[in-house]
Amino acid sequence: MKFALAGNPNCGKTTLFNILTGSSAHVGNWPGVTVDKREGKYKKNDVDVDVVDLPGIYSLSPYTSEEVIARNYILDEKPDCIINVIDATNLERNLYLTTQIMECDTPVILALNMIDLVNQSGDRIDVSALERAIGVPVVAVSALKGTGLAELMERGVQAASVPRKGESVVKKALAPELYERAVSLLVREDVSSPVFHAMKLIECDELEVQAHPAANGELLSLKKSLPKDEFEGDYEATIANARYEYITSHYSTALFKKDERGLTKSDKADRVLTHKVFGIPIFFAILFVVFHMTFSENFLFLGGIFEANGVAPCFAGTAYEGLIWTDAGINSPGVIFFNLFDMTFSLIIDWVGGLISIPWLQSLVCDGILSGIFAVLGFLPQILFLFLGFSILEDTGYMARIAFILDRIFRKFGLSGRAFLPMIMGFGCSVPAIVNTRTLADDKEKTATIRVIPFFSCGAKVPILTAMAGGIVTKFGVGNADVITYSMYALGVIAAIFSVLIMRKTTQRGETPPFIMELPAYHMPSGKGLVIHLWDKAKHFVQKAFTVIFASTVIIWFLQSFAWNFTFLPEEAEGIDGLVNLHSERSILGTIGKVLQPLFTPMGFGSQLNSLGWVFAAAAITGLVAKENVIATFGVLAAAVAGGYIDPEAEEGVTAAFAIIDATGITVPGVLAFIAFNMTTVPCFAACATAKAEFPKGKFIWTVLFWLAASYIISSIVYTVGSWWWTSFIWLAVAAVAVVCIALYNQKHSLRQSA
Amino acid sequence: MQKLLSAFKPGEEGIVTKISAEGKIKRRLFDMGVTPHVRIRMRKAAPLGDPIEVTIRGYELTLRKNEAETVMMEVEA
Repeated sequence: MKFALAGNPNCGKTTLFNILTGSSAHVGNWPGVTVDKREGKYKKNDVDVDVVDLPGIYSLSPYTSEEVIARNYILDEKPDCIINVIDATNLERNLYLTTQIMECDTPVILALNMIDLVNQSGDRIDVSALERAIGVPVVAVSALKGTGLAELMERGVQAASVPRKGESVVKKALAPELYERAVSLLVREDVSSPVFHAMKLIECDELEVQAHPAANGELLSLKKSLPKDEFEGDYEATIANARYEYITSHYSTALFKKDERGLTKSDKADRVLTHKVFGIPIFFAILFVVFHMTFSENFLFLGGIFEANGVAPCFAGTAYEGLIWTDAGINSPGVIFFNLFDMTFSLIIDWVGGLISIPWLQSLVCDGILSGIFAVLGFLPQILFLFLGFSILEDTGYMARIAFILDRIFRKFGLSGRAFLPMIMGFGCSVPAIVNTRTLADDKEKTATIRVIPFFSCGAKVPILTAMAGGIVTKFGVGNADVITYSMYALGVIAAIFSVLIMRKTTQRGETPPFIMELPAYHMPSGKGLVIHLWDKAKHFVQKAFTVIFASTVIIWFLQSFAWNFTFLPEEAEGIDGLVNLHSERSILGTIGKVLQPLFTPMGFGSQLNSLGWVFAAAAITGLVAKENVIATFGVLAAAVAGGYIDPEAEEGVTAAFAIIDATGITVPGVLAFIAFNMTTVPCFAACATAKAEFPKGKFIWTVLFWLAASYIISSIVYTVGSWWWTSFIWLAVAAVAVVCIALYNQKHSLRQSA
Repeated sequence: MQKLLSAFKPGEEGIVTKISAEGKIKRRLFDMGVTPHVRIRMRKAAPLGDPIEVTIRGYELTLRKNEAETVMMEVEA
């Protein structure tokens, strides 16, 4: 038996799902549009019940991908029963979806959730009166407290055993001949749930009109012959209005509201958090705390205290040094876990490496498979920390307020305030950021947002920045490493803004998505919910690490460990671990780097460099696995150049970067262009795999091409303008021509459309 | 007195008389409960002046001013 959970966002649907299915839930992908579908089993009945968690929706109209998914699931997969979860504190709006679900030929049961909150506030809902008024079983439950669940499932199973015919509560608002004709036309076409389709067809719903053109034509002419009502032939308005009128007239008999009350806690919190003056500073402070918890190596700025007093913490010199403490200060929890993972992984790699004596096998297992998987898994703690922070913000209801505060700014770029969050998460890690774009209602907005997320430089790109910027300062004695680092961050943000502007005027053209959303009441997040949420994310990520990422890292390992005649190239320098074993230019990767080298000429690290210049190309390729590899690769090559192994970690990679800059003869603008290229190019495999899952078929290829093109153009600009300042005029001229062309094209296009 | 929702001051209240939006925006407004005859109370504007937050059917809804411009209201003077 299969039950589907449907309901508004924030109605406690997921909490109910978690408590019904316990730990049996698993995450899968939807066919077509990929969005998480969660499935689990309820085992306390005589028959096991499969429970499916549908995305939270307000309506079954086809305007957001979530609505389409829920609608298709209910209509095509035909669950045995739909549990319509209702937030009892907000009956009126929640029942709107109910009136639509009831039009389907599926048994329905209402779960009146959060009933405890209603009783607490002094209101009262007469459940049996509601049941009589609505005409389907209603059970009061509290998912959080776990009450009413057994009754819900029992009555659900009962309901599922009786076939149900869809019924519309709004047929009285329509001319009888229109309603009858629509239903009979669809019955003739032999569709299931004819009442549902009939109502949507009368509303001129896009999907229905496409599916039943003949019936639509007939109805349109019938509509013309009918007298006009208050809404002058706008049937969408007639029906929406009738649904709400039905609800207000029927539920008022069941709801007893206590008299007016003063400001709730939620109202008070909101007064501060969206304050005219303090709202924005508070937001930045909260954001800072989340990132500080995850990435800071100077937690709570305690480092300064040790320094001022000239004392080291008691664990200085012990194994804990490095793990939880460095010269910079105490590590934040995120960094501690990161280090812990890192240390464990190195131990495992060394241990496994000791067991295998065949060189190529040892290299495959240690340098290829294990290093590759660990490189990706190493991010797990920090991704989870970031997720935890953002999940808390989401669960408390603050996230919706962030969108509310920032919408004004984002509208200028053709986005809505909701796009802010995934972008800012990109500074931490692209993977959770890309997953978060699901909250965007508009597909084009989502596409544009995912594409620019890698431009917000993630934590793994920091080593590239620090090493290369340090290298520039050491080698050329110019500039200031911090200034270079910050301007590169700024470059990424500017690139993102321009890319969004260009995309929204060209390939991702469309109206600024509407911003009409609920601001849920603030409430405390539930610890259990957070744990389940994080566990889901972790599972998803680990699954990916062992499939897509696993395959790609093995391929890269092969390319850098074998020559074209498939002879294994043994490690040349001692003590190198990880995917950085580039061996020499004889490897396939090295040769590919050489072939590609001329391509990078406009960016200053191509043909103008000497015979060692290919390493920049090769480093960029290894960066696909994980961005840390870029500098690690330099460490290996530097060894060959300087005649000895150079620890890529020494001085945060500055030594290695210096050696490479010195050996290849690259100029300052060339190095800057190389940083810019890595900051804006195709992100790591983990991010690519995530992006691929979020895009409909075919779009991912274009996205990769977009990343390549964007990084190529951006770093070319950096190199040429940096080398010859007057070339900025050429770029400006090119940009002006492009803008004019786009404007002309769009004008012509819109003329043709309106004609 | 007839007045657009976008012109409401915080604390002002009125009844929806007509919605002139089209397509996606109209659908979304309907789905969120903004239909004729419903009572709406303006709560506040965002720190940058736009969007606005209103109370409708017992919950808080946010929408932009240009979306609120499509909602005609009747205010009891």
